Amino acid sequence: MNILNEFIEVAGDPGAYARRIRASGRSVIGYYCSYAPEEIIHAAGLHPVRLFGTGGDSGIADRHLQAYCCSLVRGALAESLTGGLDYLEGTVFPHTCDSIQRLSDIWRLNTGHGFFADVVLPVKLTGESARQYLIDVLQRFKRDLESYFGLTVTEESLRSSIRTFNIIRSCLSEIYELKSRNPGILTGGELFSIVRASMVMDREVLRDRLQALLGELRERVTGRDGRGRRLMLVGNACNHPDVYDLIERSGGQVVWDDLCTGTRWFSGAIREEGDPVASIAERLFERQVCPSKHKSPTARGEHIAAQAREHGVEGVIFLYLKFCDPHSFDYPYLKGYLKDAGIPSMLLEIEDRLPPEGQILTRIETFIQMLVPGTGAAFTGASQTGREG
Amino acid sequence: MPQTDAEKKRKFRSARRMREIMTEYYIEAKTADQTGKKVAWITSGGPVEPLIAMDVIPVYPENYGAMIGASHMGGDLCAKAEALGYSTDLCSYARADIACALEDGGPIGGLPKPDMLVCCNNICGTVMKWYEIQARLYDVPLFIFDTPFCHVDFAEEARRYVRTQIDEYIGFLEGVCKKKFDFDRSMEVGRLSLKGQRLWQDVLDAAAYRPSPMTAFDAFFFLALIVTLRGTDKVVDFYTELLEEMKERVSQGISAVENERYRLLWDNLPVWYRLKWLSDTFAAHGACLVADTYTTAWCGSMKYIDENNFIDSMAEAYTRIYLNIGVDEMAKTIFAMIDKYEVDGLVMHSNRSCKPYSFGQYDIMRMVQEKKGIPCMMLESHMVDERSFSESQTLTRIDAFMEVIRQRGPRAGTAR
Repeated sequence: MNILNEFIEVAGDPGAYARRIRASGRSVIGYYCSYAPEEIIHAAGLHPVRLFGTGGDSGIADRHLQAYCCSLVRGALAESLTGGLDYLEGTVFPHTCDSIQRLSDIWRLNTGHGFFADVVLPVKLTGESARQYLIDVLQRFKRDLESYFGLTVTEESLRSSIRTFNIIRSCLSEIYELKSRNPGILTGGELFSIVRASMVMDREVLRDRLQALLGELRERVTGRDGRGRRLMLVGNACNHPDVYDLIERSGGQVVWDDLCTGTRWFSGAIREEGDPVASIAERLFERQVCPSKHKSPTARGEHIAAQAREHGVEGVIFLYLKFCDPHSFDYPYLKGYLKDAGIPSMLLEIEDRLPPEGQILTRIETFIQMLVPGTGAAFTGASQTGREG
Repeated sequence: MPQTDAEKKRKFRSARRMREIMTEYYIEAKTADQTGKKVAWITSGGPVEPLIAMDVIPVYPENYGAMIGASHMGGDLCAKAEALGYSTDLCSYARADIACALEDGGPIGGLPKPDMLVCCNNICGTVMKWYEIQARLYDVPLFIFDTPFCHVDFAEEARRYVRTQIDEYIGFLEGVCKKKFDFDRSMEVGRLSLKGQRLWQDVLDAAAYRPSPMTAFDAFFFLALIVTLRGTDKVVDFYTELLEEMKERVSQGISAVENERYRLLWDNLPVWYRLKWLSDTFAAHGACLVADTYTTAWCGSMKYIDENNFIDSMAEAYTRIYLNIGVDEMAKTIFAMIDKYEVDGLVMHSNRSCKPYSFGQYDIMRMVQEKKGIPCMMLESHMVDERSFSESQTLTRIDAFMEVIRQRGPRAGTAR
């Protein structure tokens, strides 16, 4: 499939793609967070792009950040300081965790990528005051973009962007659903590439490619149930396509996730009627929360357990970046919550690079082997046969 | 070894009164179920005045965390939390408190159970996760007082948001306590809170005298009242006495460190289980840690408080506290403290337990070196998890740092 190859190519080198966009004369605005108001950036005629940090040496970040800072934040700063983000004409920092919050300060004081904005989102996503504040914050961001770039973001352009993003998100959701029902339809690595490229590509091109890909995938559904135990990934941003491969080699397959670079980013549609900024805010308010935000003390446990049941998940792998406080605080309770729901889990804590392959493979294999056959029985999708293979 | 007269003189007589007040406070809190009073667990930088006005007893897990650290129980408790699955990289206050709550262990046999939880995230995002955990454990109402981070300023929309939450907070308290909020009483509590903060600042200001009558380690000790009993006359009375004692010490030339030669500024929370050791180690070099950014945080946003309109102005005062501002703003506060206390060097505690306090320290350090030209050093720990502390490494760093300070000679003081 040529379309799939295109996604894989973009995902393999997102920076090269963003540079091409920049060369075509469009301004590229980067961010590290799934709460970034991409629709507003897009409606302003700018190109929104998710940044992932350098996966390589982040030693240059030592001048600014202690060793107990997560590899995403260190890698992000390192990428900027080594000139790897020279294509950017702006960066946006939605408020999330304590580390990103300080990265924003350090970034503002030490890097120069043109436009800079802190989007200080509410931390609690309940109650009317927070709902209104979120709208106000997005309105401010829109005004900041307009004044810096000397443009006007019209209501019509916002509506058009919302329609585009709704199609993109619904396509990604449907691809995930297809993969869940027919795990063999795509490898985990391929799905990873589709999602990663979707955070980077020109959104009109992306919309068309995703629709075309979905058409092809629908045709391929039969007989592609895949083999392996049905697993779900839960964690922060995943920068490691190899994880999917290792899981598949260990006799598992990822059928769903709750990742910052997964369903948390693309789930939920934006209302196409009413005030567009308020509608964008509404989706951010209602979507599944990142652990650095508060919905209720048990919101994440309920959501993850429900998703696991819905997708016949037999085991959950918590894939955490080391030093990620919000996720680490949630781990014991989520683990317990899943256990009560009859779903075993394991924790894989990683840094910028994966541990040696043999070690990680052994751990995943051990986990998969201890999964009791026949769990995940609530799932009645087409993969039933595949699971037994 | 018997104490010398000079050592005896250096002891604060107020310390005893302070211990009495804290004991009374914890007895009252621990017997709340017998007196019918409600108990709220609240974060250290949280808006406590409405609780006082409602006769709710505020209890501070962070103050308790400090107690755990000072009594060297942090390592064991943190290890227990780790056995439950909490990462060793997480805040050691939170880990220790979580372990205590589950087994009623720790100093004073654990904290009294909460009737409600009030979490203000002006100090960190950690408290939100920590209070979610306690909300699940105790199954009591949780109010999150969300104070948007002020990287460069306090935006208009943030001001409206925080102000509206004060009304929501009052509504929350009325619901839990099942009684109306008394605004007149809250005015009085607000007045006392401000008065307490002013006195606390005056106490800390005494360290500007040469030689300093107190050290930051004394401030860490006397801090407990402004944290826990802010808004009561107990705080006002106690700090009035303490201030008197400071004045006496100044007039009698009683120095906190014998032969004070160098004056230093401390950044970040204390290393609770090494207070005395650090104090003695620096004192052996003739160095007095005269001030710190941490204890100053409880009076640092007084400028935003309107005495005649406490409830409204509280929104800004609680949002613009030291830890809820950008790194460059924090640096400005440090510059001002360097000048005010005429310090010769800056000691930064890189605290693995507190990322929002620690990330950005390298940048602040460079700014201080550039703008103020004084030496800086960094030592690392987890503030109440003594297993993480390397005494020999810290000692080597302190010795090297003090060698640099010594070579430069003490700063010519114009101090009072």
